[in-house]
Amino acid sequence: MWGYEKRLQYPVNIKQTNPKLAQIIITQFGGPDGELAASMRYLSQRYTMPYKQVAGTLTDIGTEELAHMEMICSIVHQLTRNLTPEEIEQSGFGTYYVDHTLALWPQSAAGSPWTATVFQSKGDPITDLHEDMAAEQKARTTYDNILRLAKDPDVCDPIRFLREREIVHYQRFGESLRIVQDNLDSKNFYAINPEFDVRQNNNCR
Amino acid sequence: MSNPPSRKELLDHINAVSFAVDDVKLFLDTHPCDEDAMAYFREYSRMRNEALKEYAARFGPLTVDTAVYSCSDKWTWIDDPWPWQEGGC
Repeated sequence: MWGYEKRLQYPVNIKQTNPKLAQIIITQFGGPDGELAASMRYLSQRYTMPYKQVAGTLTDIGTEELAHMEMICSIVHQLTRNLTPEEIEQSGFGTYYVDHTLALWPQSAAGSPWTATVFQSKGDPITDLHEDMAAEQKARTTYDNILRLAKDPDVCDPIRFLREREIVHYQRFGESLRIVQDNLDSKNFYAINPEFDVRQNNNCR
Repeated sequence: MSNPPSRKELLDHINAVSFAVDDVKLFLDTHPCDEDAMAYFREYSRMRNEALKEYAARFGPLTVDTAVYSCSDKWTWIDDPWPWQEGGC
């Protein structure tokens, strides 16, 4: 179950449109290391996660990623609202505009449609948490790359907020991995897969 | 903050205390027995809920659960700008 809160997690108030920059930032909506993929990754992985702290972390970070997706979409929307045909033509936004006008559609900066093939839900907590930690770092690098190209403080400010959240999430997934390993055989973490080989309810420990 | 706070001041306050709740919630997921974090959560959660109620009463609801505190007889959820629109942040 989810509910909607009628505010952004961190405000986005962009005064100056910039369709060129929008076409780069949209990659954090529908690109390989974007917020939509992040949310779907964690919310898909949680169902078979046997440890309550980690299932909670996947649920709550997966939920926060939806709020980040909304911030990215707001940035792209505000960078492209009220564009004229001339501005679209001059900025190179025409290739996006012809298919989607000024609507939001999840794609990478290079125009590839969003796809679930950018993430894995492997059903092994060590494997999935390593993927999750890598995903947070990949997103952090993407935000660093965006910050080298963006000059408008109205854009950089919310992007910096999102970048910092990647680092916090990385930390929480690192702690989740430690919790998983604390529950496994310390002489051989790989002796069993607790998402498959242990058919009991671990949620009550 | 002015008294009573302006719409923007109250929304900024809601964003700040809600962020504190968002952040400590993740910390508590992996540190469920941390007493300091739990006290911090209680304090900011209380501030957040009070501010959401006050905002709903004075400016319209941000959540469905606080829509009952709205002073209007009609459904105001759809009236104010959405957060991605001008004036929505």
